[in-house]
Amino acid sequence: MESILVLTHADETGSALTRASLEAITAGKELAASLNASLTIGIVAVDATDLAKSLPSAGPRLMSVSGEAFAQPRYATDAAACEALCRAANATIVLAPASSRFTRVAAGVAHRLGGFIDTHITAIGGAEAVEATRWFYRQRVEAVLSREARPWFLLLDAGTHAAFAGESGPAQVEQIAVELPAIRTTVSGLRAPSQGTQTIRPDAKLLLVAGAGWTKKQLDGQTHTAEAGELILGFLRATSASLGSSKSLVDQGGEGNSVLPFLTHLNQIGQTGATPRHAKGLSTCCHGEEPHVVGWRFITDRRAISLDPNCGWTRGKADVVYIADAFPVMAKVNALLEAKKA
Amino acid sequence: MANVLHIVVCAGIVPDPLQTLEPITGPKGPGLKNEMVLPAVLDPWAASALYEAANLAAKNPGSKVWLVSLGPKAKLQQVMMTVAQKVAFELVPIDGPIGGFPDAHSTAAVLAETIAALPGLDRTKLLLFGGWESATRGAGVTLQLVGERLGITDQFQGVDQIVQIGQGDDGSFEVLERVEGGKHQVSVCAGTPAVLGWATGNLAEPRNNPQVGMANMRTIMPALQKAKPATLAANGLRYVSASLPKQQRTTRVVKDLTPDQIAAELVEWIGAE
Repeated sequence: MESILVLTHADETGSALTRASLEAITAGKELAASLNASLTIGIVAVDATDLAKSLPSAGPRLMSVSGEAFAQPRYATDAAACEALCRAANATIVLAPASSRFTRVAAGVAHRLGGFIDTHITAIGGAEAVEATRWFYRQRVEAVLSREARPWFLLLDAGTHAAFAGESGPAQVEQIAVELPAIRTTVSGLRAPSQGTQTIRPDAKLLLVAGAGWTKKQLDGQTHTAEAGELILGFLRATSASLGSSKSLVDQGGEGNSVLPFLTHLNQIGQTGATPRHAKGLSTCCHGEEPHVVGWRFITDRRAISLDPNCGWTRGKADVVYIADAFPVMAKVNALLEAKKA
Repeated sequence: MANVLHIVVCAGIVPDPLQTLEPITGPKGPGLKNEMVLPAVLDPWAASALYEAANLAAKNPGSKVWLVSLGPKAKLQQVMMTVAQKVAFELVPIDGPIGGFPDAHSTAAVLAETIAALPGLDRTKLLLFGGWESATRGAGVTLQLVGERLGITDQFQGVDQIVQIGQGDDGSFEVLERVEGGKHQVSVCAGTPAVLGWATGNLAEPRNNPQVGMANMRTIMPALQKAKPATLAANGLRYVSASLPKQQRTTRVVKDLTPDQIAAELVEWIGAE
């Protein structure tokens, strides 16, 4: 009989579980129900007492590793915490959110327990055996896999399950003791991109992607990079959209060319960048070839503005493609959005 | 005073991103159709790690960079013709399978065994570099597993920057790791050994330098000839299916609208629930 452990952790404030952790709890409850397996929820936090109040009030066993050492993500301490929780739960299947915190340590923990790990899981199913779905080759090939070996760690991609929001209440949390290793790494905090403009918003409904065409010479034979920057930032201000970019546009900055100053490699979408999840995506001045479009795998509704009627977007990769110059179109869009807001 | 660093970069080879990929299932499980004839490149994030390693080694005289790569010898040779012109390194090739479907745990075991046996490697000075995810399996676990096998418990993933603190005399360094929301986590590590899984970093791709290429190739060709073969155990990993996503959309191409009309349509679309 399988024994399932869901690993969770507190958010930056320490006062709540992350949304991705709550999504993993939903996945754990569903899997436990389908396998008729026992369910344990493990929490890594400074103090798990309040966090446990948001967890299912009946059913799962709750355990936590607590203390100041777990206030911030760090390999040595988080790996020790997760290892202790896994050993205490004696789990055969371990589910965890694919957050930066757990992604950093989960494989190491699996190795310490003699187990195996698969990451970026988008679905869990299977009739006779547990089967997990994930992507290979940067979202270009989808595979379903299974393992006989246990413990089996599965890291769940964010947005693949609903966040747990069921009945919760006071619960007993077992404290699990951890023997900490020597700590050689000090975490001093978070740093936002130096350009000062927050352009990456994972929870936004809309993704705007800027391609290299924004910095190319326009009809008058000149580049209009400053104007391009204003149009893009104006759109982000009006819509609260998240901003993505093609690699070629970001790379121009590293090569010392005139570029959009607020773009960093963190904005990169595609083969060498992120694969974000948003309900809608608008591509501008990007040719829509495969290395870019693999980053759009989880964008539901896609539109593009391109001067090239034969660009990649027109070949079944977008829902609507406007063959037009993005400069005047985006200027009009911004004006309409401003008027609407007023 | 700078530190002598021993930087080992783990980097695989991947199909050129512009190639069309088609999965096929053979007796050993899934693979890619015509995989051996697809043009290959060094894994992009691992390539960032290699450039950062060379940059760091140049700032710390006496340091050395090894490039450990597992793949078919013939493909490794093809890729090295380009990579060798970028920065100086010693290639440590392992003749093994290509692709994203072999088990990461087996790959990590082979890499760790190879690194542990590197002649002249001082593991107290070791910085283990690689990409935080590959462009094939994309699991982001191999480097972490290699680190665990080598007993390294200071690990960083999604790294965009490493800065030696002060003049680097105490060996400590600051690391920026990508976290949620487009931010970096800032950490200070007391020194080597450590594992750094690189994201993009901040360096542009170095220009080809034929002199560096010629110097590298003098050691690369003999190393390729002596590359040890490796087989990767499945570890109970079983593939149920591997397929291309069926996401061909019916695209509406709009050619005859003015900017005003397009803008109006877009604003309506943005506002629609």
